[in-house]
Amino acid sequence: MPDDTLMAADAASSPVCREFTVLELRRTGLKADLASPSKDGPDHSHWLLDLEPPADFPGEGGWTPGQFVMLRPVSWAFEPLWARPFSICMLERGVLRIFFQVVGRGTRAMSVLRRGDRIVVWGPLGRGFVVEPETPTLLLAGGIGLAPFIGYARRHPRPDTLRLFFGHRPEVGEYPLDLLPQGMAVEASRQTCAEELACFVGDLERRIAEYAGTDGLILACGPHPFLQAVQSLAVKHRARAQLSLENRMACGVGACLGCVTETTNQALPVKVCTQGPVFWAHELRLGVDLGGNQADLGGKV
Amino acid sequence: MNPAVELAGLRLKNPVLTASGTFGYGVEFAPYGDLTELGGIVVKGLSWEPRAGNPMPRIAETPCGMLNAIGLQNIGAHRFVAEKLPLLPWAEVPVIANLYACDVEDFARLAEYLAGQEGVAALEVNISCPNVQAGGILFGQDPGQAARVTRAVKEKAGTKPVIVKLSPNVTDITSVAKAAADGGADILALINTLSGMAVDVRTRMPRLANVIGGLSGPAIKPVGLRCVHQVSRAVDLPIIGLGGIASAEDVLEYILVGAWAVQIGTANFLRPDTAFRIAADLPKLLDDLGVTSWEEFRGALRA
Ligand SMILES: Cc1cc2nc3c(=O)[nH]c(=O)nc-3n(C[C@H](O)[C@H](O)[C@H](O)COP(=O)(O)OP(=O)(O)OC[C@H]3O[C@@H](n4cnc5c(N)ncnc54)[C@H](O)[C@@H]3O)c2cc1C
Ligand SMILES: Cc1cc2nc3c(=O)[nH]c(=O)nc-3n(C[C@H](O)[C@H](O)[C@H](O)COP(=O)(O)O)c2cc1C
Ligand code: FES
Repeated sequence: MPDDTLMAADAASSPVCREFTVLELRRTGLKADLASPSKDGPDHSHWLLDLEPPADFPGEGGWTPGQFVMLRPVSWAFEPLWARPFSICMLERGVLRIFFQVVGRGTRAMSVLRRGDRIVVWGPLGRGFVVEPETPTLLLAGGIGLAPFIGYARRHPRPDTLRLFFGHRPEVGEYPLDLLPQGMAVEASRQTCAEELACFVGDLERRIAEYAGTDGLILACGPHPFLQAVQSLAVKHRARAQLSLENRMACGVGACLGCVTETTNQALPVKVCTQGPVFWAHELRLGVDLGGNQADLGGKV
Repeated sequence: MNPAVELAGLRLKNPVLTASGTFGYGVEFAPYGDLTELGGIVVKGLSWEPRAGNPMPRIAETPCGMLNAIGLQNIGAHRFVAEKLPLLPWAEVPVIANLYACDVEDFARLAEYLAGQEGVAALEVNISCPNVQAGGILFGQDPGQAARVTRAVKEKAGTKPVIVKLSPNVTDITSVAKAAADGGADILALINTLSGMAVDVRTRMPRLANVIGGLSGPAIKPVGLRCVHQVSRAVDLPIIGLGGIASAEDVLEYILVGAWAVQIGTANFLRPDTAFRIAADLPKLLDDLGVTSWEEFRGALRA
């Protein structure tokens, strides 16, 4: 089977690489006067970053939710070396919005960006989530995995057919749930200990079983262990589910072969950046370690 | 000045090529620039059979560099010729096939097949990949083996130039360079990645599943420059220099120590228009420096 087989929704746009300007950076979940960048280690704080795209960047209709951009502040020079991938949270009225969490060096350096700073951005990249306007659709987000669903829900022609089930560890106020459109159902569930996590997985299974039973669509984005759980439950209940992977990436364009994942129907590993990040759950073999620190990834829920 | 350059019959519009493994099959970069503005495109290393490569994780970031242990994942020579080559503007920009094999017979078979393709302008022989235990490392580290492989490829390459790509993971790179020259290489390319590793103290695990990988990026530029400097004084063949190049100025540093052309590798990941920008920046920098010909500038290091 060809290397580039379409596994999920088709990409809607052709990507470009341009310098963007920072319009605004805002910490969520805190009063403005308390917002301060961390200096000595990841603080797991959450930020909304608004960027001004140049005129020739694909506009509102030129991307599919679930697609992402690579982002690299000009000030980084060679350190950190790689750009970082981020879901397009919103692309509306000439503003590209990213919702990110500080987890390491790159995101920490992003949390001190200032208005007017220049950022090299390339995208929109990858293949996004399918949209089936009339199908009841369950959005499963784990922590920062909420980001692509904000754009998905805002772009969806029938938000009343959507339901978000959102698992998180930090306080719910860290997340910009107010950006979701009116009329969609939202349930947030916080886990701070192992018992709560077990309870969450039980809730997850009930919802997946329900949507499988009614031939609904399930879309999930979140840390690797969360996606593994969703995948096994989706397979168990024969649900139609798509998963968005967050593998470590260097190039984002399908050149370095560092982001690959194994699938059930391709001989060679597939590139998450160009053949994903969204895949049908039954096509993936998620046994492989993604290169992230699993404890950290779990901690991000 | 006109930045065009000719090496062993290989005519380049400018000396800026892309490095194997960092530019995909070329087509991946078409959205970010005009491929025909490059001096040449070296594609991902090809083997006879498709290869799945090494387990994940197989890339890691390091200070001003990266480690990779991709293990030469590629779609195989046949699928490259059938599916990728027709998409490249090979009539306007030289497309160079980088080849990898585990034994001399396989190298010869690959060379014959790829040199026979109209769209392939030259062959680059990877005798230096540090990621595959099954032979790769031996060819590049043993002068006798390097000469054997070069001879086998050269015999099958017909009129197409043969570039031999050298590894820096040796005590004396000039002895391998001389061996490749004796084997009939038309051009030498150096350097491939430096063998290295990275460790996570929290998990106590190596950052690559393969444990050891190849270091590339700006961090290795001093090593690349040193190797080109040494080899250009020891061997009378045109050299393509690479290792850590990220700007037009870096290109000229390599040419000053003796390179005829260069390849852009890891810098293609920093932003996908890097190679195009470097090719576009070069004429202005040459003008600013008052350079009027490559012959005057090449190897003109004051040392
Ligand atoms: C397609 C895609 C979309 C993404 N969208 C978003 C988004 O909208 N918002 C957001 O905050 N993050 C998103 N991520 C994750 C984001 O790219 C990483 O958090 C970021 O690269 C970490 O960079 P760092 O330098 O801060 O961390 P590093 O210093 O590189 O690593 C610090 C820690 O972060 C973890 N980490 C590193 N890379 C990733 C990764 N790719 N995914 C998950 N964990 C990682 C590592 O395990 C490590 O423990 C996305 C990733 C992908 C591949
Ligand atoms: C991800 C990756 C894959 C590579 N694959 C190949 C390959 O298939 N064949 C080869 O000869 N060199 C390969 N290389 C080595 C590069 O072509 C180049 O020699 C090296 O990266 C040094 O140059 P740089 O510092 O500019 O990247 C690869 C390098 C990287 C980073
Ligand atoms: S990130 Fe480089 S191939 Fe996907």
